[in-house]
Amino acid sequence: MNKKTKEVLFGPILDNNPIALQILGICSALAVTSKMETALVMGVSVMLVTAFSSAAVSLIRNHIPNSIRIIVEMTIIASLVIVVDQILKAYAFSVSKQLSVFVGLIITNCIVMGRTEGFAMKNTPGLSFLDGIGNGLGYSLILIFVSIFRELFGSGSLLGIRILGLTRDGGWYPSNGLMLLPPSAFFLIGIFIWVLRSVKKNQIEEG
Amino acid sequence: MSNDSIGKTLGVAFGLCLICSVVVSTTAVKLRPEQTANKVMDKRKNILQAAGLLEEGKSVEELFRQIEPKLIDLSTGEYLDEDPQNFDARKAAKDSKENWTIPAERDFAGIKTRAQKAPVYLLKNEGKLEGVILPVSGKGLWSTLYGFLALSSDTNTVKGLSFYEHGETPGLGGEVENPKWKALWPGKKVYNENGEVVLHLTKGSVETGTPGSEFKVDGLSGATLTSRGVSQILKFWLGPDGFKPFLEKLRANQTDLAEVKIYE
Repeated sequence: MNKKTKEVLFGPILDNNPIALQILGICSALAVTSKMETALVMGVSVMLVTAFSSAAVSLIRNHIPNSIRIIVEMTIIASLVIVVDQILKAYAFSVSKQLSVFVGLIITNCIVMGRTEGFAMKNTPGLSFLDGIGNGLGYSLILIFVSIFRELFGSGSLLGIRILGLTRDGGWYPSNGLMLLPPSAFFLIGIFIWVLRSVKKNQIEEG
Repeated sequence: MSNDSIGKTLGVAFGLCLICSVVVSTTAVKLRPEQTANKVMDKRKNILQAAGLLEEGKSVEELFRQIEPKLIDLSTGEYLDEDPQNFDARKAAKDSKENWTIPAERDFAGIKTRAQKAPVYLLKNEGKLEGVILPVSGKGLWSTLYGFLALSSDTNTVKGLSFYEHGETPGLGGEVENPKWKALWPGKKVYNENGEVVLHLTKGSVETGTPGSEFKVDGLSGATLTSRGVSQILKFWLGPDGFKPFLEKLRANQTDLAEVKIYE
């Protein structure tokens, strides 16, 4: 794997994370992270949509008329999101019920749109595909990080497996209700960004 | 030809739409059978859960065999000769031809309209009626709650209540899903001697053995409005505008059968 591919694929995980550095796609990161299972499925869905829409846009990039550029990208993204939504409804029904509208809202996720417009329009299909996967991984990383804390401290379990005995079931751990509410994800993402920027000082913005 | 010419623009737009629509419709059509099966399964699971029949290790399909779905006319309480499988109560409640506007002063559940028909699920064991499961819905604090209430064959004793769809605050109103809270319902009574719905949620916890405790269930702490909503849902759906006519008929029929047996 040459340097450029590596950078495209793994760069977005920590060095150029779409959520932590570009602050894109925050809304869904708040909504779907109360459980790890939903966060994982959402991460994979966004990754696939980003990768395939980037590849598709890149494939026809030399033929897209400039005046209808954005709507062409949106059409491709929307179609792929519907396909993902249909597949989830058919094969992962209970998760798709929990994700409810948020699968459909991948269409408006700025990461997907940002990658097709910002990267795929200028690069080859293969590289665009990897860029989509990379950004999907970066997005998933944050979702998984947030959901681990939220599920463990909010419901005392991970991936539905009981880890801390909750007081309401006769255990010792009184569950933290804040963790189950969306604002807790804000604090966790904030902490993640703080830690990341303490390590990678070049990400700190000029004040 | 330049990319920005009118011909090319229209061509690309048209071609793209064609490809995308083919992709989308193919997936939708190909996956429809799985999706419908999932929906049916999910509903059955909720019905079984309300009745407390869901067992680990047994398939939903197998357990559902003891349940007989029927469609009824809510105002008369009579069975209808239609397949309840294809009946969509939510759609019917919005359709002016199939719904009934609830008078505002009697609209306890805050749903404004309800379908004229409703599915009911008879729980039978070797042909004998053991209970009935009724779909209920109504407003909580933020959202409309949808659930199933299971009654014993005396149509007065609760077997279980469970909500399968709501948007209440997690940890507060969302505790309607808490198994511990749900476990408080079996054995509670719905109607008093005058046939009025008296079962409701109270503030704090209910001491068993105190007078009237069979008509009260612990309210959800920190969720006064959701608790009120649940009480109102019961008041409406078990009242004269809800399933009461049907439940009365069901009870009368059973006594008839019992009498016939005595005379035999």
